[in-house]
Amino acid sequence: MVARTYFKICCAYVIRGRALLGILVYLSCALRFVRSVLPQLTCARYDFEVASKNMLRTIYWLCVVFAGFYAAGAQAVLPIQHWQAASGAQVYFVENHDLPMIDLSIDFPAGSGYDSKEKAGLAALTQHALKLGAAGLSEDEIAKRVADVGAMLGGRFDFDRAGLSLRTLSSARERDQALDVMQRMLQLPEFPADAVEREKARIVSGIKEEDTKPESISDRAFYQMIYGAHPYALRSDGEVDTVAALTRDDLLDFYRRHYLARNAVVAIMGDISRQEAERIVEGLTAALPKSDTVAVLPAVTPLAAGEVRKIPHPASQSHILLGAPGVKRSDPDYYALYVGNYILGGGGFASRLTEEVREKRGYAYSVYSYFMPLQETGPFQIGLQTKKEQAEQALKVVHETLHDFLTKGPTAQELEKAKQNIVNGFALRIDSNKKIQEYLSAIGFYKLPLNYLDTFIPNIEKVSLADIRAAFKRHLDPDRMVTVIVGAVEEQNK
Amino acid sequence: MKPRMFFGGILILCGALAIGNASAATETSEHTLKNGLRVIVKEDHRAPVVASMVWYRAGSIDEVSGTTGVAHVLEHMMFKGTRSVPAGQFSKIIAAAGGKENAFTNTDYTAYFQQLHKSKLPLAMKLEADRMANLNLSDREFAKEIKVVMEERRLRTEDQPHSLMYEKLMAAALQASPYRWPVIGWMDDLEHMTADDARAWYKRWYAPNNAILVVAGDVKPKEVFALAERYYGPLKARPLPTRKPQLEGAQTGIKRITVKAPAELPALLMGYRAPVLHDPEHDWEPYALEVLTGVLDGNPAARLNKALVLDEKLASSVGASYDSVARGPGMIFLDGTPSEGRTVAELEAGIRAQIDKVIQDGVTEEELQRVKAQVVAAEVFKRDSVFYQAMQIGMLEAAGIPHRSIDLQVRKLQEVTADQVREVAKKYFNDDGLTVAVLDPQPLDAKKPMPAMKGMRHGG
Repeated sequence: MVARTYFKICCAYVIRGRALLGILVYLSCALRFVRSVLPQLTCARYDFEVASKNMLRTIYWLCVVFAGFYAAGAQAVLPIQHWQAASGAQVYFVENHDLPMIDLSIDFPAGSGYDSKEKAGLAALTQHALKLGAAGLSEDEIAKRVADVGAMLGGRFDFDRAGLSLRTLSSARERDQALDVMQRMLQLPEFPADAVEREKARIVSGIKEEDTKPESISDRAFYQMIYGAHPYALRSDGEVDTVAALTRDDLLDFYRRHYLARNAVVAIMGDISRQEAERIVEGLTAALPKSDTVAVLPAVTPLAAGEVRKIPHPASQSHILLGAPGVKRSDPDYYALYVGNYILGGGGFASRLTEEVREKRGYAYSVYSYFMPLQETGPFQIGLQTKKEQAEQALKVVHETLHDFLTKGPTAQELEKAKQNIVNGFALRIDSNKKIQEYLSAIGFYKLPLNYLDTFIPNIEKVSLADIRAAFKRHLDPDRMVTVIVGAVEEQNK
Repeated sequence: MKPRMFFGGILILCGALAIGNASAATETSEHTLKNGLRVIVKEDHRAPVVASMVWYRAGSIDEVSGTTGVAHVLEHMMFKGTRSVPAGQFSKIIAAAGGKENAFTNTDYTAYFQQLHKSKLPLAMKLEADRMANLNLSDREFAKEIKVVMEERRLRTEDQPHSLMYEKLMAAALQASPYRWPVIGWMDDLEHMTADDARAWYKRWYAPNNAILVVAGDVKPKEVFALAERYYGPLKARPLPTRKPQLEGAQTGIKRITVKAPAELPALLMGYRAPVLHDPEHDWEPYALEVLTGVLDGNPAARLNKALVLDEKLASSVGASYDSVARGPGMIFLDGTPSEGRTVAELEAGIRAQIDKVIQDGVTEEELQRVKAQVVAAEVFKRDSVFYQAMQIGMLEAAGIPHRSIDLQVRKLQEVTADQVREVAKKYFNDDGLTVAVLDPQPLDAKKPMPAMKGMRHGG
């Protein structure tokens, strides 16, 4: 789990990790390639240098959080077919025969939000362990069968969701072999004890490594501070002691309680007929666990007060995060916050934070803000990294920029530019099978209306200056935000 | 777990295969303007979007000592305004058009791109052509931006132990080639860089006859050529400086370095000198090396992961990578992190045992077929991304490999035999061309005693 990164790619501009980096969506199919073949690229603006976990998160953020914005071209509605399989699974399907390939995913409400403090890391390990052996296939055989047909088997894991994804050629032999493996992993995982123990050891060593990295340390502290006792506070990988204590029985139990047929969301895009899609979904979901009890996430408690935490670190830069619980995916303020955040810190060079912190002062390579709407209240975060000697000045600029935005709101011109970007860029948001498939998955999981794409542009266009001011006021209180500074200079000098 | 370098390498080499309408999938149109600008168009009409890229054949390989990183610094400065477009406006104009844009610098090239609705292509071209010739490189903007670049270096390299290890390995492995310094440049060179250094770079390399325009998406070649003529046509060609070969001589013995950095786990990076692709028709070794890398690390059941992570539990991660497309010297990299309680020395021995196995016993037909199946599939998958298709063309051309050889390269990959794989393993997994870097993890709190470099650490 130790991500190995020898990146030299230099870019003009990075929006780190979980920031709103549209480009990574584009690159998502080229990502492996960018992260690997071009280990040397240095980019103007986007960070290709994201550890595997971060990468997942990033893609998640892009595809889920802003899924709506990666919606269909304005001129064409995506013909989304939706049905419920006999197993109870919800299916979202777009038939398209342009390329001889299929993208498919199946997700469950089984992300790290369903972990407990005592067993932190269980949800992630369960998802990860699906590939360790299933229905008589060893992990080795699973990997070989997938590779033999050139398929790519991956998975999604985040706060809310956990599941598997598959990209395969649509020709019968390749497709059927890949789906057969996926079907076994989903429905008959074996969680072989020796492989689980080995993976636990790898995860533990990965956690120890993460705990030395300023970006991970700040991230972990940030979530603990804003979420307190809520499970969104838990690190998805877990902690050294909680992971070490997990057993095969824990995995089986988690699987049986959370990988339920009735909760499954299947999203399919590509070269396949409706009839075949129906058959495939039955095969993937018929034997999933059944249960009458469904786990529910607790509500997030708003922060009682602000807090600043400084954590020493020998790195040359301070890693600074600010934020608070922000918004739920189902909140009607979604559009106003999205447009507003584009102006504040989501729109790269078009955003105020980049203008003030980077363009005017050269304080940071990357500065951003985002809302990550989740099932329950997801985080709002501002992040930057800067030479530690100037951390205080940079933070002051961030505070002033945020304060100004919250009290006065954006200008009419900023609002117009933001809308132009979102509306004019609409076509880019669903210009590939992969993006459409991710979008289907988000619609299904967060129960967005099927006409979400049709109403997206009108919903953006009707956002007013007053809506943005009111929405930010409802969701963010500058006096109740946390700040984490890893590598603060005063600690260094002690 | 680790970057899948293998796929990358293969992808680069790949064009369309005999799946579906292969020729339509790789067909491109090309036209060269009078000023030398090459324009390559890849049609993809699935969505009303376009990716427009300009690739300059100017990367860190064209730099000299003392101003390392200038290629990348100039890339940053390209967003800082022209005579007609004020600083920062480039990005804002593209944003208001609903576009996305960025740029990246590598050893061999610097590239700029925009992705937009197809109706906005003229806007992107107008802006890009403008900054090819009319950059307004002010001292004031330079003074701010150089700080940003130094922050970038801190973020990506100084505070990243594995990046440091890679950087130092390259600097140790190579002596004559500019590949020995990092694309982002040495910090000291950045600290002493001047606006004039950037201006000189711009004057030297930013000319239409040193650039390739690649446009992919829902466009007609004739329309793109006409737009290119309109916006780029008036720019003047300039004589380019002679490129000195700066070839790296043969390595004459193993080199070993240690890199100390705050971290928890030790790590190992081994780089073997290797050839790169020059003649797609007649070369065979680079193809065999790509396949070899795939056999070692092309999927989770490939040799290195299977033996060292799954079976022996010697490593918590392990990988192999090789990039056959490059203007400078090639390397095969093997890397890994030992499991807790195991040492980098044991891991190196484990990796060497796997190498020896390939050299002694070769690879199986099953393994070869698996790699080739992945190549075939990757060729189809890449067509889902307009951006990637443009990227592939640009990267090959920047390295001097005709993009029209893509199909040929895929065929060559398919023709690689088990004997050839064994032969390149034997030839290039050679200690005389090997450099080994070890990351020696240091405690975060410098007051704590440093643990002995054993690769076995508890707490710390």
